[in-house]
Amino acid sequence: MFLTDHERRIAEGADGAAAAMAMRLVAETGRLLGAGRLLPIASAHVDGCLYHGDSGTYFAERLVADGGRVVVPTTLNVGALDLLHPERVKGDAHHRDMSLRMMRSYETLGCRATWTCAPYQAGHRPATGTDVAWGESNAVAFCNSVLGARTNRYGDFLDIACALIGRAPDYGLHRPENRRATVVIDTSALSPALRDADVFYPVLGTWLGAEIGSEIAAITGLTPGQSEDRLKALGAAAASAGAVGLFHVVGSTPEAPTLAAATQGGPSRTIHLTGEMIRAARDRLSTAGEGAVDCIALGSPHFSEGEFAELGRLAAGRRFKVPVYVCTRRDLVERTDLSALKAAGAVIVADTCVVVTPILPPGGGVLMTNSGKFAHYGPANLGYEVVYGSLEDCVASAVEGRVRREERVWQ
Amino acid sequence: MTQLDGEALIAAEGAGTILKIDHPISFWGGVDPKTARITDPRHPRHGACLTGHVVAIAELRGSSSSSAVLLELIHARIAPAAILLRETDAILALGALVAREMGYGDLAMVKLSRDDFALLSEGRRARVEGARVTLD
Repeated sequence: MFLTDHERRIAEGADGAAAAMAMRLVAETGRLLGAGRLLPIASAHVDGCLYHGDSGTYFAERLVADGGRVVVPTTLNVGALDLLHPERVKGDAHHRDMSLRMMRSYETLGCRATWTCAPYQAGHRPATGTDVAWGESNAVAFCNSVLGARTNRYGDFLDIACALIGRAPDYGLHRPENRRATVVIDTSALSPALRDADVFYPVLGTWLGAEIGSEIAAITGLTPGQSEDRLKALGAAAASAGAVGLFHVVGSTPEAPTLAAATQGGPSRTIHLTGEMIRAARDRLSTAGEGAVDCIALGSPHFSEGEFAELGRLAAGRRFKVPVYVCTRRDLVERTDLSALKAAGAVIVADTCVVVTPILPPGGGVLMTNSGKFAHYGPANLGYEVVYGSLEDCVASAVEGRVRREERVWQ
Repeated sequence: MTQLDGEALIAAEGAGTILKIDHPISFWGGVDPKTARITDPRHPRHGACLTGHVVAIAELRGSSSSSAVLLELIHARIAPAAILLRETDAILALGALVAREMGYGDLAMVKLSRDDFALLSEGRRARVEGARVTLD
């Protein structure tokens, strides 16, 4: 592991104790990963601001006490509190206090108080080909795949350490030759109606994560120019079902104008998706099927303007029998009129999400979602049974208080 | 007595009886940071407590918050005595690196070859010093 003289001096304290600790952590991790050197980064997205225990708060407070300050533009992922609606989170006083101390510490380090897992829809959009250090699996997948910026999965501690020194280890997805697709996922045998339905994309992601994992795929057979919201849903599901950090969608993502570009002209194997494979992946996302539903959870990753518009259209003139939790980012809450949705029975959650902190009614029940990521984590994290369906299905089920799912598109 | 030489991911010392985890595990969502018990109900070692053992982990599933869970275990003084791995895991190692930087103590972590890892058996006493693992 090669450090420049300047980097060595930072590790020895030239830029203060916080930068020194950050440099030592980044360099030592780089050594373990087999990186030859550090790279300059253009920005960072920090996932380490979610409270898991007191030691994480003490770590952040140590960085503040030691004079830490991020040296590249840095956004923050969700915290464990909804700072806009403090009454939403049911944690005890200790949880609230330590979570708040942690969140404030990261703000003091100079990170932007974005509090979202979709920073890429809150204006944080590094240019194609730039190196960055991002955390949070869906954000990493989006950053690499949809923006074409280059990052590995930088987890707790390493994300902020990279931001404090503006550097990251040179390995993995920072290197162009490691970004090439080695497996082609051909969707062309699936019906055009399914391939054009929003509900398909989280399921495709779930299949990809479970079956392909960290191998890099190029997906073919989809209409070019797929929307960012669909690619976001695909990536989030893929990155929760498996270690997917980068995927290519031919005709839609920047490193895949053609299949040959995605594979960099190298060898690849091809998997032809069948309706049966996709229906099996869909079925794995649900632990319940028929009957009563207790709540709906939307917005993992955080709901966008476009997704709110679609929800508003579907919910117009209707009233929900069960609460519909919609997780989103604060800048969107602050400048969007959500009064009609709230009147219909939607509960808006900002800065955090229902899967990482106690918001849902305790005791469990049946939760319905259109998010592959919520469906993946719901049963273990929440103690709720989960039903996966489209946004239309979720709205219809919320209105009736019972599971309603449109099956035709899957045939 | 058997001596195995691996790669010291975190060079430190520790001793205890081996707790072997063959089935892939994620520390985040799989190990309770308050009790050091394996809480994933689908995991074959569900209920086992890691505290004080030389924990041999064949395969980690990578939530990037696993480092935070390990730091929490070390901070609460309920961590394993040492961790033996078959594959380098930078995320888990990072939790131990941060613990060292924070002054919470050292947790030895060694990567062994597949053949050496296969020699580890549940309940056997092991001592870790740097890159060396001694089985009694």
